Amino acid sequence: MSPEAVAATSTRTIALVGNPNSGKSTIFNHLTRLNASVGNYQGVTVEQRTGRIAGSDIQITDLPGIYSLSAVSPDEVIARSVILGLQPDAEKPDAVLVVLDAASLERNLYLATQILELGLPVLVALNMVDVAMRREREVDIDALSERLGVPVVATNARNGDGIEALRAALIAFDGADQAGNAKRPWPLPEKIEAEIQTVSRAFEETGIVDKDAADGAALVWLTDYLTGAPTARVACEDFLAPLPSKVGAAVKAAAQRVFDAFEEPASVIIEARYAWISQQAQGLVRSLTKEKPRRTVTDRVDSVLTHRLWGLGVLSLVLAAVFYSIFALADPLMGLIESAQGALAGWVTGLMPEGTLQSLVVDGIINGVGSVLIFLPQICILFLFLSILEDSGYMARAAFMMDRLMGRVGLHGRSFIPLLSSFACAIPGIMATRTIENPRDRLTTILIAPLMSCSARLPVYIIVIGAVFGSNALLKAGILFGMYALGTIAALVFGLLFKKTLLRGPRPAFLMELPPYRKPKISNCLLAMWERSRLFVTEAGTTIFVACIVIWALSYFPQFDQQDMTPAQAAAFEAIPASDADARANFLNAQQQDYSLLGRMGHAIEPAIAPLGFDWRLGTGILSSFAAREVFVGTMGITFSLGEVDETSDALRDQLATAKWPDGRPLLTPLVGISLMVFYVFACQCISTLAVVRRETGTWRWPIFLFVYMTVTAYLASLAIYQIGRAAGWA
Amino acid sequence: MKTSLSALLPGQSGTVTNVGGAAGIRHRLLEMGLTVGTAVQLIRTAPFGGPIELELRGYRLSMRRTEAEHILVEGR
Repeated sequence: MSPEAVAATSTRTIALVGNPNSGKSTIFNHLTRLNASVGNYQGVTVEQRTGRIAGSDIQITDLPGIYSLSAVSPDEVIARSVILGLQPDAEKPDAVLVVLDAASLERNLYLATQILELGLPVLVALNMVDVAMRREREVDIDALSERLGVPVVATNARNGDGIEALRAALIAFDGADQAGNAKRPWPLPEKIEAEIQTVSRAFEETGIVDKDAADGAALVWLTDYLTGAPTARVACEDFLAPLPSKVGAAVKAAAQRVFDAFEEPASVIIEARYAWISQQAQGLVRSLTKEKPRRTVTDRVDSVLTHRLWGLGVLSLVLAAVFYSIFALADPLMGLIESAQGALAGWVTGLMPEGTLQSLVVDGIINGVGSVLIFLPQICILFLFLSILEDSGYMARAAFMMDRLMGRVGLHGRSFIPLLSSFACAIPGIMATRTIENPRDRLTTILIAPLMSCSARLPVYIIVIGAVFGSNALLKAGILFGMYALGTIAALVFGLLFKKTLLRGPRPAFLMELPPYRKPKISNCLLAMWERSRLFVTEAGTTIFVACIVIWALSYFPQFDQQDMTPAQAAAFEAIPASDADARANFLNAQQQDYSLLGRMGHAIEPAIAPLGFDWRLGTGILSSFAAREVFVGTMGITFSLGEVDETSDALRDQLATAKWPDGRPLLTPLVGISLMVFYVFACQCISTLAVVRRETGTWRWPIFLFVYMTVTAYLASLAIYQIGRAAGWA
Repeated sequence: MKTSLSALLPGQSGTVTNVGGAAGIRHRLLEMGLTVGTAVQLIRTAPFGGPIELELRGYRLSMRRTEAEHILVEGR
């Protein structure tokens, strides 16, 4: 719709604002009847969710959950600039719906009063009235409405109480009689008041903010500037950037005068606001009982769930259950996708004449779509579980318990679950890093998550261990465990390294609210699962699909012609009985792979990988693994003329165990096997991971960095192992 | 009796008398309602010297001990 059309139909836009855990998103889901579109704000990883309030033409935007309008995190910067109408890819809202958590009213009012001072019409949803009641406290809704000067609707988003009243109130809401609300009702020391006026006038005269918002915006800006925190200062400078430099200088001079007059001016401002809020809240919140409040359910549950022994036990059990479900539920679904893909490929093969087009459709397109869909079961199941854990309040407890451990490598407790999820697959793991508030911590977690040995590496480990470590089950198990341990340790070491160098910065506070436990709302969880899956398919899926087509072309072109066989090839071909058509076809496929661009690349890189102990055949397998690691097994099957095999194939295991260099030396010795597996531990052989990192970081810079650092590490580690091993005489 | 918040034992309460620490963290602590004069109670501590859990202004907040060390409270 063009802007004129929007104006013509007088569509109203409402921004939804509230603290994290206030039930804001549940209210959003109710109002839009689970029908929202999800995207990203320009250039940042902050999610933009918009929808239409059912039964009206009102657009509602769910802003990120924030505690204040200060520019501490990207979430807050975005929320503030949307409300002020400064965000280029969002419309300035006509009104703001503020969700207040009735159970922690004072902290919620901090944000609400900041928003009121920005001059937009405000409507308040007082949520979780039930939780407050359970704590024997009651909020006087009429008094709250009168003191804030805005309509207040009581809601219980969990069971939907009050949602219809809220919807009706929003539709009827015209924001009348709120003209005076922008005027701050609480006083500040005279010197600060005077400078707020200076800043406010500068904002107003340059037109950067509306007249009504000027005082409020000036106060928010001044508070940020006065904290003296480096990140807040940067945000303050950014805010002034569009102003003429003379005005900017005058604004900063005003801030400096406040700085000179008070020891801790930001504290003075924040404490003055809280003093007023506390005073207001005293008359608003009534204690229903004179007795000391009883222990809440949350307290009783937490005495077990965060206990040093039971808590860690329960956490292990929960995670074991999640992983078991992934294998028990996702594996059959993935098998189903594979067989459906196989059946479709077979059907299309029969329909189309043999040739390039058939191969493109079957091996390129159908395989490409399959390569995207194959991730969906894991993403869906993991996200369903993670949203249940988040929605119930347990995720915050897991982070609370694991923070000490993660803190040792410079990470946040919230990094634990995404990293652990990456043992199944780095893709949902990386997508789960959204709950990490600090951008540096989040990026570090994204960069190390692909080092955790994912399930796609397992087939490679299994076939290689089977081929070179004989029948000693204990030794084989030990080697497999060693590969998982190596990846985990490397992830932690790299995490520490990145935090000390590349992503160094002021240590972020670990300040995390522990919300009361709640019964997870299944519709919320299913919606989260659906949105994640959709984003994966639409945004990362296209990259993966294109990459699959490229890999197909590399292995299809140029075509090997039976007529061009060398005498040796022809002799080998004739040696296969003509009655064994499969064996002859497998032989020709092997020649095609050798002859193709992919095979030629394998040959070309042999000089580079020979010092690692690999020949061109392993090189071809490694190259094809960049589509996805498990492709190694299939490629090896074709290379050794076995046709399509999986990691349980005895024939492939025997072929690998007996493969030789042209001079007769065995190829896959135990040392080369270790070198090869270590290469797979480190190398970033997964286009899907790169596509997801691109989507989550919004730039190609980080996926390129990820690819380079992992693959270079892989090369150096394998080189060191093979060369040291040989020097020690293990070859 | 003034002590740092990190020295409180589970179940003990106090009133905040001073909020210190790095500027950014202090700013956030104040905004979360940990202002001078606020009543806080230490609820529990995470295993292995991990973060602490506090109750203030009707909600639960966790923070690391290194942050809690810079907050002074007066016992009640």
